[in-house]
Amino acid sequence: MKLLLSLKKIWMFYYEGFAGQKSWSRQVWLIIILKLFIMFFVLKLFFFPNFLKTKYTNDKDRGDYVIEQLTNPKK
Amino acid sequence: MIENFDMSLVDWSRAQFALTAMYHWIFVPLTLGLAFIIAIMETIYVKTGNPEWKKITKFWMTLFGINFAIGVATGIILEFEFGTNWSNYSWFVGDIFGAPLAVEGIMAFFMESTFIAVMFFGWNKVSKKFHLISTWLVAVGSNLSALWILVANGWMQNPVGMKFNPDTARNEMVNFWDVLFSPTAINKFLHTISSAYTLAAVFVIGVSAWYLLKKLNVTVAKKSIVVAAVFGLITSLFTVMTGDNSAREIVRDQPMKFAAMEGLYDGSKGAGLVAIGVMSSSSESGNDNMMDFHFKLEIPNLLSYMAYMDGDAFVAGVNDVINGYTDNDGVIHPPVATKIEMGRKAIHALKNYKQAQKDKNDALAQSSLNELNENFKYFGYGYFDDPYNIVPPISITFYSFHIMVGLGMWFLLLFTLALLFVYKESIVSKKWFLRSAIWNIPLAYVASQSGWIVAEMGRQPWVIQDLMPTLTAVSNIDTTSVQITFFLFLIVFTGLLIAEIKIMLKQIKLGPNHGGH
Repeated sequence: MKLLLSLKKIWMFYYEGFAGQKSWSRQVWLIIILKLFIMFFVLKLFFFPNFLKTKYTNDKDRGDYVIEQLTNPKK
Repeated sequence: MIENFDMSLVDWSRAQFALTAMYHWIFVPLTLGLAFIIAIMETIYVKTGNPEWKKITKFWMTLFGINFAIGVATGIILEFEFGTNWSNYSWFVGDIFGAPLAVEGIMAFFMESTFIAVMFFGWNKVSKKFHLISTWLVAVGSNLSALWILVANGWMQNPVGMKFNPDTARNEMVNFWDVLFSPTAINKFLHTISSAYTLAAVFVIGVSAWYLLKKLNVTVAKKSIVVAAVFGLITSLFTVMTGDNSAREIVRDQPMKFAAMEGLYDGSKGAGLVAIGVMSSSSESGNDNMMDFHFKLEIPNLLSYMAYMDGDAFVAGVNDVINGYTDNDGVIHPPVATKIEMGRKAIHALKNYKQAQKDKNDALAQSSLNELNENFKYFGYGYFDDPYNIVPPISITFYSFHIMVGLGMWFLLLFTLALLFVYKESIVSKKWFLRSAIWNIPLAYVASQSGWIVAEMGRQPWVIQDLMPTLTAVSNIDTTSVQITFFLFLIVFTGLLIAEIKIMLKQIKLGPNHGGH
């Protein structure tokens, strides 16, 4: 019961906080959401795959590839 | 070996990283500094109970919130780039980078994000003291985030506390405390955060000066100037002190960077510090990177004193580093040609070691391993053909360093004058000062960015000092994709910056009487 009351208090704290925001807060939240969408669903997904993770399935192959790059670099 | 690298790919990857890091650094220093200024203002409110201070705290908290929100997660882009564009580097640094960043994620980020909600939503809902503690914890948390990133950067400038594992091609941390408490990391952290505090103080004075010029919110502006000027004066003195410590550390661990910062080609005893200098477009040496000075104003012996606390000490120039020298502490620095030879041996030994393992030739593997260990400290030099390849872009490093130092000194004067005029109650009539205070806001950003240019351009060609040149750190990917993302970032970040400036200007115009957040 006590736990539920505490959880309700925390919920109300955030609810009232978000509900009572000024216009600038709403603007920046919109920017944050838009920014995170661009970063994770556009840039990360389409432009920034992890090079070694997509090229090799295990750490041994990744290590061997990097050693090859370091000891025998090719354009 | 240098001809085996696609320099267009290297240059575009560097440009992309520089662009994102510099944009990221537009948002970060204001967050770091303003958080403490707000905490100080709220402490005064809690101590005095004066509601004016609550209004002041809430106003600056609004501007902090805008900057924090727009800047948040811009650093994640850099981590994307590590995995895509800098995969050789990411792999090579191994856990050294992973551990500090993981600690940052767990400790600082959660602390910051938990208490920021109390800071913004908690007015009149939690006790004054709990709110104040939350504000201080946000300030400490955001600065702790910076600590771990700067520790990682410090390690790149001076790799310590690790051992290279040739089986995995990764550096493994052998002593966490050596990494955390390396003099480079400590100086870098203290110098960076104190300069961020100075930037925030300049920002607060600049915005307050605008109010005074417009005869708006005069009391709020004057009180804000007092807090910011005292804070700025203390932190800018600390910035000078930590910068001085940094210089003494750089001259030992990155002597080429130190020589580039001062445009010192030939070292000497009792070297003078160039206070003002203009480089010409010609070079007697024939090296386009080492332009002669058109004119320079030197303060005798000061560079030697700055480097070794001894006005007669020998300070090495670019040519000394290239040809080898014995420094003031008696440490022998071999010629770069010798380091190149040792680096080549290390690269060759690593190649032989891997081949011997494949061939199950234990004797060859062991001898190759011994040769690698003997020469590993100069591993990165093996990629260069000409000793002068290790000279960083001197004019950019020189000018950035002098702009940073010059502006730092100017800010000291700004804070002193602000305090003096407030004390004499004449600040409202000093229109010239108020106008100049507004113009100092962009100058503070110029100084801050210049500091990073010195740190990062001055250490070229290294991404990890002596071990990994920038050209070997990049992933073997298509240059076109790097170019596309460069312009994508340019659009996204410029959009964010315009949004920040617009929202912030609107809130500044509305002023503290609008009720903050």
